[in-house]
Amino acid sequence: MTQLTPTTAPPPVPETIDTIEAATPARRHRRGVRGWVRGDGPHILVFLLPLLFSFVLFSWKPIVDAAIMAFQQTNLIAPAEWVGWDNFATVLNDPLLGKAVANTLWFAVLALLLGYPIPLVVAVLMSEVRRARGLYSALAYLPVIVPPVVGALLWKFFYDASPNGVFNTIAGWFGAGPFPWLQDQATAMPSIVLFATWSAAGGTIIIYLAALVGVAPELYDAAEVDGAGVWRKVWHVTLPQLRGVLLITFILQIIGTAQVFLEPFLLTAGGPANSTTTVLMLIYKYAFQNSLGGDYGAATALSLMLAIVLAIFSAIYFRLTKSWSTS
Amino acid sequence: MTGTAHAAPARRREKPQAEDRGILSVADWRRRRVRVTTRITHLILLISLIVVGLGPILWLAKSAITPTQDTLRQPLALWPNGIDWGNIAEAWTRVEIDRYFLNTVIIALGVWFVQILVATTAGYALSVLRPRYGKVIVGLVLATMFVPTIVLLVPLYLTIVQPPLLGQSLINTFWAVWLPAGANAFNVLLVMRFFDSLPREVFEAARMDGAGPYRLFWSIVVPMSRPIIGVVSVFAVIAAWKDFLWPLLVLKDPAMQPLSVRLPQLQQFIELDVFLAALAISTVIPIALFLVFQRLFLNGAGLGGAVKG
Repeated sequence: MTQLTPTTAPPPVPETIDTIEAATPARRHRRGVRGWVRGDGPHILVFLLPLLFSFVLFSWKPIVDAAIMAFQQTNLIAPAEWVGWDNFATVLNDPLLGKAVANTLWFAVLALLLGYPIPLVVAVLMSEVRRARGLYSALAYLPVIVPPVVGALLWKFFYDASPNGVFNTIAGWFGAGPFPWLQDQATAMPSIVLFATWSAAGGTIIIYLAALVGVAPELYDAAEVDGAGVWRKVWHVTLPQLRGVLLITFILQIIGTAQVFLEPFLLTAGGPANSTTTVLMLIYKYAFQNSLGGDYGAATALSLMLAIVLAIFSAIYFRLTKSWSTS
Repeated sequence: MTGTAHAAPARRREKPQAEDRGILSVADWRRRRVRVTTRITHLILLISLIVVGLGPILWLAKSAITPTQDTLRQPLALWPNGIDWGNIAEAWTRVEIDRYFLNTVIIALGVWFVQILVATTAGYALSVLRPRYGKVIVGLVLATMFVPTIVLLVPLYLTIVQPPLLGQSLINTFWAVWLPAGANAFNVLLVMRFFDSLPREVFEAARMDGAGPYRLFWSIVVPMSRPIIGVVSVFAVIAAWKDFLWPLLVLKDPAMQPLSVRLPQLQQFIELDVFLAALAISTVIPIALFLVFQRLFLNGAGLGGAVKG
């Protein structure tokens, strides 16, 4: 997280100069402020009230609830009942679970193949644009601004499987197609990923661009002294300098794709033949699409399992990549 | 071509050279082969970005005023046979897009207010007033960023169905969308970071002049933090406009639903041209915000795009 926030925060440069010069006065100063604060403790609480209200009710308590509810059976009318590991057993015995996990993994792999390299290549090319770079980044960012629901519904129309569909017409210009797109089990998921990449790539491009600006020009100068050409500069200077950001966007993308919902929900509703049902859609199905009343226990159990898998994965990932990271 | 190519290095020489170079050096730019290849690559890139980024939006704009038959028969015709402005009017009035549009605005404004209120007061308390227990709260707020949002989905829903102390369900009220929006750790940390960078001497001086904590907040800190309030505001409104799953769960009454929830359902029973007009109307505000606050999006947090879900 800290890797990405500096772009929004005020420039840290003047701060460092100040703190080095004024280290001691600042500390004395802070103690002064603290002494003053001791006088109005209740007022501080007044200012903290909105935060405490919203985080206690809508963040901290639900997190604790999630851990409890996974072991309970609730129907909102009778008091909740402890059922031990039953909810986990229900989920693990669901024949759809394997399919949903496989689909989510497939989505993640496709999204990495498409969504990881494209923004990087575009950003590196864009960083060399000398005039009207703003125009390039605005165009790249536009799809991110389109509300995802509008984008999905629009692409659903583009994906019309008839030869007159928008994408099939374009494919026809090149003598290809018509493709079944969302209608076929084999092409449905790649089509969804294509849309997801379209709608998210702009954000990643902007992050990479910000990181590219931060690459010290001296490094390129030094590489040139050693006789490096353009490609070797990209390979030996640019990419290694971006690795901190690349490591972060990789894990953020994995965490994001593991929770994919809107795209398959709107484009295919999980079909055809459950070939695009993801883990989050399964959670949604347990809790909110059950005609017998939501199985909230099973839904929380599954979301808890997903969260734990993600946490373990992130921990391993950061452990393994520790030595590559720049900061 | 050549004229501009010479102009660029000349301009660069005025500034300290180190600041304005990328992968390609001045010497590289002077080489004809590199220059031509780069220019062609950039041209191809620009055309692709126009086709991929702007294309679908322009298509939507065109199709919003094209009769259904034209769109179906020749979806990629550059110019429709007849222009049908009636689509927009029909979507706005007969399909009641006006109502869903208004709902979306109400939701976005409420979310904006709640997020600004929580972020500024909390940022002020935690990074200007700094109580001794502040670190614990910051830690707890930070910790929520590591919990995936899906874990919260069901318990949060049940909190809204049976809110503590209130004894009345918040389902089908705007409060169900407004209130949970306040628990946004990212906003709080962003504002705190900004407040940390404000000069403490100003607070000290205001205190000397007898300003209490409320006066200090309202007359000094809030006016000084306009830039960060701007950033949080724009992202709050855009995020609220985009939100789909949460309003789908808690706003079941169609009369309360925002555009994002209503559009997928409308698709089933309205004509294609009117539907596309409705989609176009839903995109106007986010695009307008983007055009006005472009700098904020492009210099600042592209973060919204990276963290999906």
